[in-house]
Amino acid sequence: MGLLDRQFDNSNIVITSLDSLLNWARLSSLYQLQFGLACCAIEMMAASASNFDMMRFGVIPRATPRQVDVMIVSGTVTLKMATRIKRLYDQMAEPRYVISMGSCSNCGGPYWEHGYHVLKGVDRVIPVDVYVPGCPPRPEALIEGLIKLQEKVRNESLAKKRIA
Amino acid sequence: MTPQEISEKLAAKFSGVSDIGLEAKLDAPVDPTIKVSPNHILEVAKFLRDDDDMQFDFLSCLSGVDLKGKLAVVYQLFSMVKRHKITIRVEVPTENPSVPSVESIWRTANWHEREAYDLFGITFAGHPDLRRILLPYDWEGHPLRKDYQVPEFYNGMKVPY
Repeated sequence: MGLLDRQFDNSNIVITSLDSLLNWARLSSLYQLQFGLACCAIEMMAASASNFDMMRFGVIPRATPRQVDVMIVSGTVTLKMATRIKRLYDQMAEPRYVISMGSCSNCGGPYWEHGYHVLKGVDRVIPVDVYVPGCPPRPEALIEGLIKLQEKVRNESLAKKRIA
Repeated sequence: MTPQEISEKLAAKFSGVSDIGLEAKLDAPVDPTIKVSPNHILEVAKFLRDDDDMQFDFLSCLSGVDLKGKLAVVYQLFSMVKRHKITIRVEVPTENPSVPSVESIWRTANWHEREAYDLFGITFAGHPDLRRILLPYDWEGHPLRKDYQVPEFYNGMKVPY
């Protein structure tokens, strides 16, 4: 950031497209819905804690769906929880994103055959943007998924979306 | 007291009751077990808790078992004072699985019995609040029974893989 700071010292002008500016702002502050479902939540907490420090990407956990941009579904989605997840997703303001973290929320994981109580993939209830494989994924993997999501946000265009 | 002594004392105490159905299986490797008729589980439990030699003040676990045709409830008891333990077991037919609730004797049994009701469908007569504890209230069936069929849909969500 040092270089950029020094450029603004002299009241310089930076020219960019509105899309790039908005997308840069959005992808640099992806607030995250704070809720953990199973063992993946431990890795998500580790990713947020000092060793991996997801906050350096602007990811701040918020405790209400009204204030967040991304929902990280971290763990086993039981059928009982699925109805709650759907409701939380519906309460999030658009544009909203979902990271499915770990095998359980990707496809049911170890419960795929005998889990009468487990939803076989959270994408049966809400749309998913990024799937992070692993059981559970390491914090690096979650951060990789987050960077993938940032790439997605970077390539979006609000104007084109309106036309379409 | 050893399981042998506990079993003998129980047999002596309830020798006058004809359908008590006491059946000791003490050579089990982990849990020496005494089977009791479900009609008398309340009296037996009360005696085990209150007798000076027994003092089973702690119900460590209450479990349900599906034996195909029969359902069983297993009570694992421990005495904090005497440092001894015993396992009590009752069996009921699957068609009408009703067991008297021991909630009035060990308060721990409240949630344990709700769990056994939730997953096995065993009804506990005299339980103050017998509703599901783990599954959603609108769930149908009792999933840990051997003949349980996983539903195709739950609230519009497909259940099988």
